[in-house]
Formats: sequence, C-alpha cells, structure tokens
Amino acid sequence: MKAKDIAELLDEPACEHNKKEKSGCAKPKPGSTAGGCAFDGAQIALLPIADVAHIVHGPIACAGSSWDNRGTRSSGPDLYRIGMTTDLTEQDVVMGRAEKRLYHSIKQAIEDYQPPAVFVYNTCVPALIGDDIDAVCKAAQEKWNVPVVPIDAAGFYGTKNLGNRIAGDAMVRYVIGTRDKDPVPKSAEREGIKVHDINLIGEYNIAGEFWHVLPLFDELGIRVLCTLSGDARFREVQTMHQAEANMMVCSKAMLNVARKMEERYKIPWFEGSFYGITDTSHALREVARLIGDDDLTRRTEALIEREEKRVRAALEPWRERLNGKRVLLYTGGVKSWSVISALQDLGMKVVATGTKKSTEEDKARIRELMGDDVKMLDEGNPKVLLDTVAEYKADILIAGGRNMYTALKAKIPFLDINQEREFGYAGYQGMLELVRQLTLTLESPVWAAVRRPAPWATTAGELLTVNG
Amino acid sequence: MPEIIKRKKPLSVSPLKTSQTVGGALAFLGIARSMPLMHGSQGCTAFAKVFFVRHFREPVPLQTTAMDQVSSVMGADGNVTEALKTICEKSNPSIIGLVTTGLAETQGADIKRGVWDFRQKYPQYEKTAVVAVNTPDFSGSFESGFALAVKGIIDELVPEDKTRKGLRQRQVNVLCGANLTPGDLEFVAESIESFGLRPLMIPDLSGSLDGHLDDSPHNPLTTGGVSVDDIATACESIATLAVGESLFSSAELLRKKCDIPAFRFGHLMGLDEVDDWFATLANLSNNPVPERWQRQRKQLQDAMLDTHFMLGHSRVAIAADPDMLAGYDRLLKGMGADTVAAVVPAKGVALNDLDIEQVYIGDLEDLEKVATEKQAQLVLGNSHAVESARRLGVPILRVGFPQYDLVGGFQRCWFGYRGTAQALFDLANLVMAHHQETAPYYSIYAQKQDSPQYIENRQQLWSH
Repeated sequence: MKAKDIAELLDEPACEHNKKEKSGCAKPKPGSTAGGCAFDGAQIALLPIADVAHIVHGPIACAGSSWDNRGTRSSGPDLYRIGMTTDLTEQDVVMGRAEKRLYHSIKQAIEDYQPPAVFVYNTCVPALIGDDIDAVCKAAQEKWNVPVVPIDAAGFYGTKNLGNRIAGDAMVRYVIGTRDKDPVPKSAEREGIKVHDINLIGEYNIAGEFWHVLPLFDELGIRVLCTLSGDARFREVQTMHQAEANMMVCSKAMLNVARKMEERYKIPWFEGSFYGITDTSHALREVARLIGDDDLTRRTEALIEREEKRVRAALEPWRERLNGKRVLLYTGGVKSWSVISALQDLGMKVVATGTKKSTEEDKARIRELMGDDVKMLDEGNPKVLLDTVAEYKADILIAGGRNMYTALKAKIPFLDINQEREFGYAGYQGMLELVRQLTLTLESPVWAAVRRPAPWATTAGELLTVNG
Repeated sequence: MPEIIKRKKPLSVSPLKTSQTVGGALAFLGIARSMPLMHGSQGCTAFAKVFFVRHFREPVPLQTTAMDQVSSVMGADGNVTEALKTICEKSNPSIIGLVTTGLAETQGADIKRGVWDFRQKYPQYEKTAVVAVNTPDFSGSFESGFALAVKGIIDELVPEDKTRKGLRQRQVNVLCGANLTPGDLEFVAESIESFGLRPLMIPDLSGSLDGHLDDSPHNPLTTGGVSVDDIATACESIATLAVGESLFSSAELLRKKCDIPAFRFGHLMGLDEVDDWFATLANLSNNPVPERWQRQRKQLQDAMLDTHFMLGHSRVAIAADPDMLAGYDRLLKGMGADTVAAVVPAKGVALNDLDIEQVYIGDLEDLEKVATEKQAQLVLGNSHAVESARRLGVPILRVGFPQYDLVGGFQRCWFGYRGTAQALFDLANLVMAHHQETAPYYSIYAQKQDSPQYIENRQQLWSH
C-alpha cells in the first residue's frame, strides 16, 4: 500500500479525532507500545464472515499466533475457524517464490473448501519484498471464477485501528454492491407489516450475543441484510448497498464503511449500542426514526415498553445485590459510554472509565451520563488501573481480557468485556447474563480467602520465616 | 529413523507451527528481571503477548521495536537502540532478550550491531545484559527458537573457563527444552535437590511462569527465574543435564566452554526414562535414591498394569514439536499403544531416533488426513487440535503449546513417576469414555414403536 493511500485512510472526516490538531492515530513508540498492528485489525474486522476462506499471506507468526482466536459465533458454516496461511519459508522469501505460493494457496483453498470467496491478507514480509497481491488475487479470480479479495494490511502500515479501516475499505471497494438482495420469502410475509432492510456495521456476534437481539428485529419486520461482520455470509455483504439504514455498533473502527455508503448509496446511519436496557431501546428507536415509517415507530415503542418491563422485573432480584457497587471500567472507544448505561441500569456506580480510544464525542456522552466528577483515564497501564482501583475504592474492574491478570494478581474481582469473552451481554436478554457474571465474581468467597494473611503471619503483610 | 515426509502443498491449513520468535522470547521469560524484546512490527509482539497470556494465564512482559512504514524500508537499527534505551530507562531490567522476526530478518537487520550501537551510545546502561538472537519465523519453529535463545544465552552470559570446573561441588547445570511446563521443571529441580545437589536451570520458567500470586500486584519484568549472575557460574558446575533433544547442542557448547561432562535425556516420561534420570543423579551425588521416589516408582508400575487394558493396541495421533513427539511416543510404546499419525511443524534432532514409520512435517489438516486413514482413536495435541479431534470424532488430550481452553494445562507436571502415572490415567479415561458402542439394529418385523424411522413415518402421516 502506498503512503498516500494510508494517509487517506487515516484522514476520516466522520471521525471526531480528525478535528483535533493531532489527527489520525498516534505513532507507536519503540520500547513502550501495546496493542495490535494493521494486520491484526483487518483480520479481526473480517474474520467473522463465516463462509469465506481467509488466507494470511506471510510467514507463520502472523497467522500462527492469532488464528481461531475470537469469541465470534456462526449459526452455520465454520470455514472462518480454519486457519489458512501461506506459511512462507526462507526459500520463498529469498528466491521470490512467495507470489507463486500464494497463487497455488488460493487454488488449494478453493478446491478443498469451495468457499464463495477468498480473502487474502497481506503481511509485513511479503509487503517488504514487494509481492503484488492485488495482481495475484486478480489472476486467481479470473482463473477460478471465485471472488478473491486482497486486503493489503501489513503490520508496519500502522495500528489496529488503521487495519479496521483497511478492511472496511476493501469491502466497499470489492464486495459491497456486487449482488442484488433476495426477495422477501413468502413464508416470512405477515399481514400489515412492511419489511424494511438495514445493516449493522461493527457487530461481531461475540459469544453469539447478537442472537439476543435478532429476534426483536424479526418481530418488528426489520430484515438485517448483513451484520458486518458477525455471523455474516459473503452473499450478505454483497447486498449491503440496498439497505435503508446503517447502524454503527459500538465502534468507530469501520466508520469509513458507513460514511462511504452514505456518500455512494445515500444510506443514512447512526451510532448505537446494544449494551444495557437504555441503549438497546435507544438503538431500536433510532432505526425506526431513520426508516421513517410511522407504523414501525408505533410498533417499536410497544415492543420497547414490553421488553423493558419484562427485563426490569427479571433484574429486580439481582439489583439489590449489585446496587451501589463501585466499578472501574476500562475499555476502548464507544464501549466506555455504552457499558456505563448498562451498569447504571443495575444501580452500580462507575467511578472511573478509560477513554484512551474514545473520541471527543464519546467523552461528552460520558460526562452527560455521569457528571463532571468522573475520573477519565487516558492511560491504561496496569499501575494506573490498580492505583485508580485503590483510590476510588472500586469493587470490580471491568475490562478486556488482557487486563484480567492485572486485576487477579492484585486480588481484585474482574469481568471480561472484550472480544475473547465466552458470554454474550447484548440486548435486553444479555443483561441477565451480565448480572449473573457480575455477581458470580463479586460474591465469590475466594476474594476474602486470598486477602486473608497466612495464619503464621504476625501482622498483615509481614511473614515469619519458616524453617522446613 | 522414520521416513520424513515433507510439506508438499502450498497452503498450511490449521497450522501446527508456532513461530521461532515466540519460542525465543519464551526462553528469556525464564530469567529473572528480564524483558524479551521482539525486533519487528508491533503486531508481532501483540500477537505473541496474547498467545502467552492465554496459555499461561499470567501477565507476560514483552516489548517491541515497533518497526513502522519508514523504518521497515529505510533501516530500523535505530529502533533497536531506542527500544533498548527505553526499556532500560523505564524498567531497569537485568537482561533484555532481543529476538528477531521475519520482518527484521527480511529487511536485513544487523542486531549485533544494533546492540553495539546501544552500548556505545548509552554506557550508563552497561549493567543490563543484552542477548541478541536471530529467530525469523520463516524457518524452524517454537522449539528451535527456544533452543537458539538458550544457545545465545550461554554464548553471551557464560564466560569460557576450563579451569574452574567442579568448584561448586553440588551445582549441576540444567538445560530444558521449550515444551516442558513449569510443573515439569519443578519436578526436575526438586528431584535434583532431593539428592543434595543444586540445580542451575538455564532458563528457569518454573520460577517465573508457574502461576504464583506475588506480593506486589504489578511487575513490568519477570518476577522469577534464574539470575544473570548465576548463569555466569555455569563453568563451575560438576555436570550439565540436558532434558529434551533440542538442547543437546547447547549442552555440547557448555562442554566445550567449561570442559564439564554432559548427560542427555529425552522428556522424563515413562518408567525407563525416569529410571535413567534418578540413576544419573545418584551417581553424580553419591547419594541413594530417596525412598519417596522408590515408592512412586512402584505406584507407576501399578498404574501401568491398571491402564494397559485400555491403552494396549490403541491407535494414537500426535501433533507436537519433535522433542515432545518423541517423549509421548516412547511413553505410549511402553504401554503397547501405537503412534499411527505423527506430525511435527519442523524438523528436529529428536526425530532421528524415533521408532515410527512415517513422520509428516505439516499441519493439523495433515494430522486429520493421516488419522482418518489410519483410524486413530485418540489425539494428542495443543488446543488448536481440539477442533481436529472434534472433526475426527475422537477424544483429545491437550499437550504442548498453546493450551488456551484448559485452565492449569500450562503447569501440569507430566514428568517423573507420578506425572507419568497421571498421564496414563487420563489417556485411559479418554479411551474409555469414547468407547464406540455397537450401533443398534432395528428389525423390520419389530413390534416396538420407538425406532427413529418409525417416529419419522408417523410424523409424516400426521402432517398429511
């Protein structure tokens, strides 16, 4: 990828960060950098497309350390869970055989697995030796008559966030708009209900959590043409251009997809979340508003009223146990405010929240929800998190899996909220799972046990020397 | 020696291989106050970090030289210097293990020179040792990367000296391979200590990645492991013990540098291998084998009797690095079981002495193909092989790296009489639990109204 293409992707007019002086994403600092690369971001964004053969073009480290590494679920095919890489050897690199290997790899994937499409992810080594993956993909596509999409996302191009955009850009450029949507099946038609089509962008169906929400759309007569990319199929992505509205779910990552679809196909979009009662209801309302069908709006309001009543009743016995518990929330971007509303729905108090990846808009939402006295953490290294837990007397740290051991080592209860988790928290129903997991860790007797000093200790923290 | 069947297909499907870089970094995690540093793009390190964290369920120190667009093309030696400086400045480690990725090697990075530059420019950090190792992921695998790093550590941190051998009369050097768990390493150390000897483990993952709850909640560096100063005393030991074939050449290096004898072992599983181990320790120390080991030996013998009913004639598929493949194959052979499918990610010296017909250098798809063909009943492999086992419809015993879907897998002790006995119990239980029952036969004249076909027909009848 050329420097100017990267610069163009970094310049995202719909992103709030763009309006600040320091635009785009910060440069990584040698010796002090955490977080994934562009390839990581691109792969994460698209891997949930379940029926596609995802080939990582590079030596083993890129795929070897990361394949089959997400909590995303499929209701059908599981080709996405099969790791594929060209696993380049020294000979390939030195003798310039990498392109040839890629070409034959695509053939092998197509012949052995008959995927509707192949995605090829470029990585550092082939990018550096100058492999022309665009050309290889084009040749392979013509030869075998299966779409082969190049995703040029070498790690050194930049951060994970850039990788997300590269992925989104590849979808807009090569996939979206290449097929007309299917007619609504006769069996699904209902008297007096007009069917509307939408897309969800940035919904990854972690632990199958979107299946808590999808029945509600069915009930309202809203067809989800495609979720980019949880439990998606290639033929769904192709039809995204024929939706009436787009919802950006919980992420700025593929903002460029929504913006470009607005430019090209005049599809309006909004940003929302399915975490918590308040936000789920808000998201449903926004969908109805963008579609602009009075009947749909009326039915949506009725559904919201019914569901909120139901879930609030179901949460009642838990609320007492969680009420007043203090939370340190550390997670990226939009989740920093969307999860806050979920926790507030439960009567919990968020004492501090991470805002490293949040935009100015996100921060404004946080202030709106929690007032000005909330502590915002721009830096989330383990020491800062632990100091904040101590200072603000937090009962629990809610963060991504990578911080789990930070919390546990410091003997602090923890809830995993990022992509690798095993439980789905989305929608009204997901709230019930959330409270179960929260109480499970908060009420566990292990915390008292690990904090208690050893019986032979004279005072807390000071141990006697024991001989034998 | 088995027939080695090389990779013939272009695409690696469901890879078995873990990169050399990751193996190299792991070795440095067994040194106290250490920071492994990967020379590559930041993603190389991020992936490796997640990979380690998911396996060990521990915070793992790991840094990157963060090569970007410009430095990848124009030269990233400056990144090495800057990263070394930044790490010294922030964390003051005893040692930084600099390992290279495919990106750095393709670019042609000269890490030795990078370290030299760093020494010239920042003499104030001379107390921090730096060991630089070339571990590109386009050759070798996890096991060889680990071995390369151990060799690099010996090269750099053990001064050549043939005059001091045996000065520390109770000290033995211990070199252990990449696939030993912290639990295995604890057994190695404890068994040596039980003879009144002092093990000098190079490196020692049992001190750093054994999953212990420290008093201090956060540490930027490793919180245990062998110290750099101790490593420097290796030439004063009475002998070197190497566990795992991949470490034999490093043991040889120590012999050349220090003129001390080297003793070589495979993975310490199975009666014979463990007998060998204790006999050697008894000889070195001039002490008898402690009673508890003798007791456990008898327990293992009993376990072997109990489990041979299930394991005898069972057909096993193994996907692992060469040392580990050799270890399990010997163990299973000792029980009358048969390794019908063997896949390794890359070559290793352990393969030379294997008593298996064919060994594939390949991936888990290869394992599935051979296992299907040879009707394997049981799979031994890492967590990635769980899906393979599911597709094969057979049970799996998780061994090796990574194990992300099993709590405690990382620290399980497989070694010694007791560890072996437990492995045998588990293998036997898996075989028992997945015993294939004879499929039922439904007589066409049966009066019974409960066969699947009957129920289906009745439902069809009702729907008309």
